Amino acid sequence: MSLEVAGTAEAKAGGPLKLAVPRGALLAGTLDALDAAGVDTAAVRGESRALIFPGEEITLVTMRPSDVPTYVESGAADAGITGKDVLLEQSDRMVYELLDLGYGRCRMVLAGRKGDERLGEAQRRLGLTRIATKYPRVAERHFESTGRQVETIEVKGSVELAPLIGLADGIVDLVATGRTLEENDLEVREEIVECTARFVANRVAHKLRAGEIDGLMARLREATSG
Amino acid sequence: MIHPIPPGTRDILPDEMRELRRLHVALIEVFEARGYGEVATPAIEYDEVLARGDGRAAGSAYRFFDERGDLLVLRSDMTVPIARLVASRFPEPEQPLRFCYLANAYRAVRPQRGQMREFAQAGVELIGAPAPQGTVEVIEVLEAALDAAGLDRAVIGLGDADLFRQLLTELAVEGESRSAILERLETHDLVGVEAELRRAGIGDAQVETCVTLSQLRGGREVLERARALGSEAVERAIARLEQTFGELQARGAADRVQLDLGLLRHLGYYSGAILEVYDPALGHVLGGGGRYDGLLKRFGVDLPAAGFALYMERVHVAQMEESRRGKPA
Repeated sequence: MSLEVAGTAEAKAGGPLKLAVPRGALLAGTLDALDAAGVDTAAVRGESRALIFPGEEITLVTMRPSDVPTYVESGAADAGITGKDVLLEQSDRMVYELLDLGYGRCRMVLAGRKGDERLGEAQRRLGLTRIATKYPRVAERHFESTGRQVETIEVKGSVELAPLIGLADGIVDLVATGRTLEENDLEVREEIVECTARFVANRVAHKLRAGEIDGLMARLREATSG
Repeated sequence: MIHPIPPGTRDILPDEMRELRRLHVALIEVFEARGYGEVATPAIEYDEVLARGDGRAAGSAYRFFDERGDLLVLRSDMTVPIARLVASRFPEPEQPLRFCYLANAYRAVRPQRGQMREFAQAGVELIGAPAPQGTVEVIEVLEAALDAAGLDRAVIGLGDADLFRQLLTELAVEGESRSAILERLETHDLVGVEAELRRAGIGDAQVETCVTLSQLRGGREVLERARALGSEAVERAIARLEQTFGELQARGAADRVQLDLGLLRHLGYYSGAILEVYDPALGHVLGGGGRYDGLLKRFGVDLPAAGFALYMERVHVAQMEESRRGKPA
């Protein structure tokens, strides 16, 4: 137990603010937003394969978007940026969601095979739909809130595969342009929620480093409101 | 052979136990020295008795039937059992009652994230002393406890549980949107707060007031900034906070207190002042408390009350981090 709680370095009291930066689809938008907010991101943009990029005021720590809430909740990172999809899926993580950054816009949707009535058919006949997804909790909540029963099947890789070869009746996934769905002969059946990048902070850092967090938040708001 | 124990529980071995014991003794000494007598109550209680205190707080994961078919529950904190104790044993106290405790409590949390399902709490309850004096006394005891634990960098957040409740009433936000907004304020989901306020049909200026208010934290200046937002509910909360904070300042006890208008605690029984404790060495809240002037009434004794509880495992971890920091590497 002690070890889990101790997930914070003693250095975090002072020193630069540690900001968790998402790698992957949100990285480019995040770096642009940080640049516009006056945070130097040149090192992250370089060829380096390092994970931590120390700065005078702010140290950037790069990681998978889905790890951002974990690091921020524990205080290992003081603040971070990640997608709303990640926050929705990990809604029990206690992080403060402070700002909608507006970029990285995509939709969480329920999709099925084109012209295939299996989704509706499953509901009618069995009262239960099988859904493959990387977001089982979002999917369950969506079906529950619309009064339908669902069996979620969590997959890690290409979700589109599942309905094509009969693992599931449909999928719940994040869609940016819709091209992947199109290429796999799938179509959007229901929109669940729109997701964008969000600025989040650790609860204790939000109190004890209020000035720095508020300052960065104001600059990010300015930078992304254009 | 490996024999498992339930998730969220743990064994404590002698090295850690020795340190924990020293911490326990130091805290109980601080409490006793200030007139808070230690009490113990059963870990299991009748579900219907604890549920009087707070449906949500009593929402422990662990309920079971005894041999007579009565529904029992493992306590999820000590505040409700002590309210029960006071109502039964001291229904008409002539003086304020001061109790302290060191006890295990049980909650249905997802373990492995700095939270255990069985955890030790140390704290005090001051019953029969109204705001602001009672609140000030409790904060002073808390400061002494943090000093005794060696957490001289720890900060106490002081907020007002009624601020947003009254503000939403003033804005005539009721029913589902009211609870949705309070829930988002509690988890500090500012994006969600704004969306819910707009959904409730609140005008831009008021939305801005709520969002700004929830972000105001710092020294006395935040009260002026809140006052500038101009609302009766805010004004009333500020008057309460000003009284408490002014008294703390007069007694030289305000240095480590951070006024925080965005502070909300999830336990439903709080009213008026609420407290949270932070240390820079730890990303989790060390403890909390506040006033719960309506709680005793639910047990049939109408007395004002305040108190706090510290999570001992977290205090211990923070204590180790702080002492490591103090030493030259």
